[in-house]
Amino acid sequence: MTVRTPDTGRATGTGPEADERGPEPVGVRLDVNGVQRHVEIEPRVSLLGALRDELQLTGAKRGCDQGTCGACTVWVDGRRVLACLTLAITCEDAEVTTVEGLATPDGTGDGRLHPMQEEFIRQDAFQCGYCTPGQIMSAVGCVREGHAGDDGEIKEWMSGNICRCAAYPHIRAAIRAARDRV
Amino acid sequence: MRPISYVRTEGADGIDRAVGLVTADPDSHFLAGGTTEVDLLRQHVLAPNRLVDINRLPLSGVEELPDGGLRIGALTRMSEVAAAPAVQERLPMVARALVLGASAQLRHMASMGGNMMQKVRCGYYRDGESPCNKREPGAGCAALGGVSRTHAVLGTSEHCIATHPSDVAVPLVALDAVIRTRTADSERAYAIDEFFLPPGDTPDREHPLTHGELITAIDVPTPPLARRSLYLKVRDRESYEFALVSVAAALEVRDGKVSGVRIALGGVGTRPWRARRAEDALVGGPATTASFDLAARAELAEARTTPMNAFKPELARRTLVRALETLTRDGSQS
Repeated sequence: MTVRTPDTGRATGTGPEADERGPEPVGVRLDVNGVQRHVEIEPRVSLLGALRDELQLTGAKRGCDQGTCGACTVWVDGRRVLACLTLAITCEDAEVTTVEGLATPDGTGDGRLHPMQEEFIRQDAFQCGYCTPGQIMSAVGCVREGHAGDDGEIKEWMSGNICRCAAYPHIRAAIRAARDRV
Repeated sequence: MRPISYVRTEGADGIDRAVGLVTADPDSHFLAGGTTEVDLLRQHVLAPNRLVDINRLPLSGVEELPDGGLRIGALTRMSEVAAAPAVQERLPMVARALVLGASAQLRHMASMGGNMMQKVRCGYYRDGESPCNKREPGAGCAALGGVSRTHAVLGTSEHCIATHPSDVAVPLVALDAVIRTRTADSERAYAIDEFFLPPGDTPDREHPLTHGELITAIDVPTPPLARRSLYLKVRDRESYEFALVSVAAALEVRDGKVSGVRIALGGVGTRPWRARRAEDALVGGPATTASFDLAARAELAEARTTPMNAFKPELARRTLVRALETLTRDGSQS
């Protein structure tokens, strides 16, 4: 399978594959919040970078950019993941959902918030708000995965989302309040 | 992050193709969950020119083996293995180690093969600058005279004291799992004891794998005693933190005597640490706190500490005794 073209400069004399892409910008298809998007990005660009810098979807936040804070949490094929450690190019053929797509998952645009968003507001589950989109995406995942039974369980299964304002008790209250409607 | 090119491999033929692509090029790396690779690429610790995406290869799932063991596909995510009923019922210490590792998001991303290949969390390795024999053989080890509170006390060498970071590898070592791989021209199987290498004089060599050799599966025996097993993890905060000490233990007691036992330690070794001395000390003896204590002391007798991690052998002793007491109290008569 390996195409060998010794003159193209790779250290071992292995040339680029026919389907090798980059390192220069390449076209990447992304399905974000149910809409097909096209971006021209280098393969090294993270999903977080593509969402924020190319698609102007700035809900997912760049906190640590090293997979420790959870502020960039989005869903890929319905699973909560860290957009900072995911390369955008790996998400072709996957469904990406960001906090912007949470309110109207059916695309009706009726302006109604998702129950988790409503409860974050009602329970005052944030102060500065920077971690909130990641908290909300993670919180819905936590409930759907069946790990929002009690406060102890919520604490454990939300531990990947750091809140430096320490709004944790209110975040847990919001998850408790929303869990039956998620 | 340095520029990289990208190739995606797919389907059954993709396995050989991915292996071929990486084998032929020292500057290509496999990309699975990316939780180590992308992180260390961004920090300039790893420097591939090309990533070969293996996420769509058919290497996922937990299967029954004819001998009663379980085969965990290398691309099965940590969260999937933790949720598999067969793992929860027959290997509770494996399921527990998985859910106590990382965060929910990372567990959805990280693959089991990648977990075996993850890099150490030593700050001097990961800063990309400090002397580190793992990153740059012969450069020296900044951890030896540096901040070493989380570093290893068993299996260390004068060249490296980095702790092996995996949780799930600890029960897998206790269970004598087998790591299956594919090379360009063969399939191989490694006893897990031979898979994690002690640092010795070559801390840069963490596994016996050749460049381009791909983990395809982990075969895990499911001995009856593992049904009552536990993973006890002690750390600086309750969740989302690496172990200071962890214990994977399975215990079988008949007529007050230990008839079977498996123990491995995490957080204290340069490799997931099979506690054979403790096991040998326990088998055939009384299942009492006094003998658990003696067994733990036997295992930890050769611990080599730094001023900052001198607390670890005692913490490990207490954690091991508590794990065995818990298993005894909860009744492990079968």
